[in-house]
Amino acid sequence: MELNKLTAHELIQKLNSKEITAKDIFSALDNRIKEIDHKVKAYVRAEKDTNSTEATGIPVSIKDNISTNGYRTECCSKILEGFIPPYDATVIKKIKESGHSFLGLKLNMDEFAFGSSTENSFFGPTHNPWDLSCVPGGSSGGSAAAVAADEAIWAIGSDTGGSIRQPASFCGVVGLKPTYGRVSRFGLIAFASSLDQIGPLTKDVHDSALLSNIISGYDSNDSTSINTTVPDYTKSLINDVKGIKVGIPKEYFVEGLDPEVKSSLQEAIETLKKLGAQFKEISLPHTEYAVPVYYIIATAEASSNLARFDAVQYGFRADSANLIDMYKKTRSQGFGDEAKRRILLGTFALSHGYYDAYYLRALKVRTLIKRDFDNVFKDFDCIITPTSPTAAFKIGEKTDDPLKMYLSDIYTISANLAGIPAISLPCGLTKRGLPVGLQILSKHFNEELLLRVAYTYEQNTQWHKNKPKL
Amino acid sequence: MSIDKKIVEDVAHLARIELKDTESAKLSGQLEHILGFIDKLSKLNTDNIPATSHILPINNVLREDQPKESLPIEKTLLNAPNKQRNFFVVPKVLE
Repeated sequence: MELNKLTAHELIQKLNSKEITAKDIFSALDNRIKEIDHKVKAYVRAEKDTNSTEATGIPVSIKDNISTNGYRTECCSKILEGFIPPYDATVIKKIKESGHSFLGLKLNMDEFAFGSSTENSFFGPTHNPWDLSCVPGGSSGGSAAAVAADEAIWAIGSDTGGSIRQPASFCGVVGLKPTYGRVSRFGLIAFASSLDQIGPLTKDVHDSALLSNIISGYDSNDSTSINTTVPDYTKSLINDVKGIKVGIPKEYFVEGLDPEVKSSLQEAIETLKKLGAQFKEISLPHTEYAVPVYYIIATAEASSNLARFDAVQYGFRADSANLIDMYKKTRSQGFGDEAKRRILLGTFALSHGYYDAYYLRALKVRTLIKRDFDNVFKDFDCIITPTSPTAAFKIGEKTDDPLKMYLSDIYTISANLAGIPAISLPCGLTKRGLPVGLQILSKHFNEELLLRVAYTYEQNTQWHKNKPKL
Repeated sequence: MSIDKKIVEDVAHLARIELKDTESAKLSGQLEHILGFIDKLSKLNTDNIPATSHILPINNVLREDQPKESLPIEKTLLNAPNKQRNFFVVPKVLE
């Protein structure tokens, strides 16, 4: 039996009945990584050995922007070259406290999570396990690809504008972005602090509930984390959607949506209708403003967050004559093209003379976008949309046109702006054999409903059982 | 709006990034293109709409100002590109 192919909940049963040991799981993953990762490149850096001596419970694979005590964490950027965190992020601490462990290897991502394809990694792109010439999505592309290729049992990613859900959709796995404030970001290297959220990427909805149980909860080290009770999410694994009211936003089914994605979605809606869910068309009138609002707010916050990379306390430092020269040379040589682009855009939006027209206006339109959702959730339990307008695109296809790349997040960005939870799960395959993702959104702190609808869909379909042929 | 090379270079200086000539030329075109798309925000009437400062209704988070354990100095300096005794070393600031 190949243990690496199983889900965490299946493995937990085998561990409990003493049929296998944690070391067996680590060694199955070790073998798989050695067999396949030279093609997929989901993990970064040369060392490809897991820390199996510390094996306990189910190993979790971690995105390279989450601090792991004693293990390199470089955000896939040259500017953090050699950085070894002196402490664990709160999510890592919680994983260890729950009896599970960190695999010992970090997952590829777009530099500082700036991207939708993992092509902006200093270490080079990850390849989509379903078609190695395609991107895995991004920025948590390594996390999604590793889970899809059975090189990880489950993984942790981060989502600022869709960075968990869009790669989950491209790689045919389940990705959950929890409510803003549900999971502590302490130890996550910040991108846009009013949008960033950590969440799980898993092989099925059951594992998503299990990993959410582990990582959720208040943390005094993250003043944006919310001090409310965390429910047991496995109690939401209920195969029943009778009477659940679902809104379908008309603004999401317009030009730009791939016909194959559209028909997969329509089929999924039919399936849920037959199971008793009630559907109605709704409107989120400010949808078209989500991408422009996001690229002002996210880049403004990023430009401020990335000011800390000054070569004084950690990371790469360029040879230089004086202090200003050190900052400038280090940042020019240390940041990749997309990071520079975003820092400049954000600095511009915050600069004197442009602040009101760009940044302040974006914050106001953000309020309008949030109100759109508030209005819908007065009458509906959840909203269903495609996760991304297309299936995975080719490596290199959008690298010359940043705006085109930004638009691939068009369906995922609003959830971050509104702070609401959202999940992506597989709902089809295109004719070329690439996965299609379905996104469910609900109001703040209603992850339970997302999991219930997702679980019901999964129990009544087979899409999550498809595996890429590698 | 038009983003010429001068604006790009001014902003780059604020962000402490040094750009090659070819880079600033390329970036001025790209930023102009992106800002052109973002300009659709100016079509909306946002009078009387409050700016979102936090997405959830939470207030300032305060705690007692009590000493807690912190990282030992040797761990703090572990990643320093250049250090001497208990200090981070940087190039000369004053001539």
